[in-house]
Amino acid sequence: MDDQRGDNWSGVSAVFSRDLRLMWRHRSDLANPLIFFLIAITLLPLGVDPSRQLLGSIAPGMLWIMALLATLLSMDLLFRGDYDDGSLAQFQLAPQPLYLTVLAKVAVYWLTTGLPLALMAPLLAVMLALPEGGYIPLTLSLTLGTAVMSLIGALGAALTVCLRSGGLVLTLIVMPLYLPVLIIGANCVSSAVAGFDYSRELALLGAGLALALIVMPPAIAGALRISSNQ
Amino acid sequence: MAWQWFHRLGSPRWFYEKTSRWLVWFAPLTIALLLIGLIWGLAFAPIDAKQGNSYRIIFIHMPAAVLSLVGYYIMAIAGGVGLIWRMKLPFMVMQAAAPIGAALTILTLATGSLWGYPTWGTFWEWDARNIFMLVLLFLYLGIVVLGKVYPVRDAADKACAILALVGTVNVPIIYKSVDWWYSLHQPASIKFTGASSIHPSMLYPLLLCIVAYYCFYTLSLILYTRREVLVREARTQWVGELVGAPNNGDKSGGERHA
Repeated sequence: MDDQRGDNWSGVSAVFSRDLRLMWRHRSDLANPLIFFLIAITLLPLGVDPSRQLLGSIAPGMLWIMALLATLLSMDLLFRGDYDDGSLAQFQLAPQPLYLTVLAKVAVYWLTTGLPLALMAPLLAVMLALPEGGYIPLTLSLTLGTAVMSLIGALGAALTVCLRSGGLVLTLIVMPLYLPVLIIGANCVSSAVAGFDYSRELALLGAGLALALIVMPPAIAGALRISSNQ
Repeated sequence: MAWQWFHRLGSPRWFYEKTSRWLVWFAPLTIALLLIGLIWGLAFAPIDAKQGNSYRIIFIHMPAAVLSLVGYYIMAIAGGVGLIWRMKLPFMVMQAAAPIGAALTILTLATGSLWGYPTWGTFWEWDARNIFMLVLLFLYLGIVVLGKVYPVRDAADKACAILALVGTVNVPIIYKSVDWWYSLHQPASIKFTGASSIHPSMLYPLLLCIVAYYCFYTLSLILYTRREVLVREARTQWVGELVGAPNNGDKSGGERHA
């Protein structure tokens, strides 16, 4: 029993460090979502209106929407490389359960996409004239929210990994499931800006993350088994 | 032995032959119920004091909204049964339920906006129920599209079933969060007519319409599933005999909606 647990742990940590190393070797890919986030936020005042008042009022929602789109951008690639080179089949044959492997991969994905986005968001919030008091809730809510969205998006990526042009299907599948996260996350920031207590929204996002951590890994593992074995 | 009926449910042929017998009386019953309910509601129910005749769209709109939500759960449960017991028929039911549900959400949205124009003064309002219906439509479309783009039939069924099951966890959360969002961004002018205060002379046709819609949903689910059965089992012997045999009543039943 203990032996099995040790095997699981070593397998998971091997996948985790392998993925981190892969990400490090493709450092330029890491910057893609961040650059998209920056460009989208830059376009916003040009397309709408640069007055600080308007920007400040739409900033919470806009930062959240752009961050959401930025995570979607690279979601397609989450399992693509492993599917193409056959590692995915090896993961399924490996002694440790597939959902643990999936969890390790999603964790790396979140560390390299969601977390940088959350850390970069306050900088862009300054450009959008987000009022005082919104910065800490923005980072906290995006940290939790991108983790939930990574887990949900990974299901879409797993379901579409066998399709040549799965990007649009992925967006269609994942978007409705993102909706509660967006609503609660954007609301967390705007209620903090309005001077209310935002711990309720953070607690809801945390609850969502707990639920997603329970539900999603087995679902993603099942989806991977289905889509890669045909 | 007790489980025999359950395993028989998994057989597409058994379903096809059974429903051929049911449809003989079920289809006319459904059409009759629909006609009675709609004519009663649209022509004979009294005029609403505030909304005039425009309220009558509720007899089309409200049952469609109910069924589009119920249909999602029927689809997901069918998918779950298919995944767990590895049966063919539930997957066919699931694939048949997706376009029907999508059509019902479109009907709900269309009738809702037609009602909204004279009543609210706009075709589209970012109201909690509007958004929820729109998101439900996206959820249905996701399943329809995923089922279409998958190269292998068997994998498509399972993938759609997983997506539908994850969706069932999410549907109540989406519903609550949209509701919550709406209560925070409440626009001032809109008030729903209280559902509890509906007069019996309008309630009875509405209830009849709901029953009729349930029957209609079941009927279309059966017909779509029969079509799916014929398409997927096209190479089996019994379908060959069915299509090849002359003067067979089942044939027209299957092809009517093909």
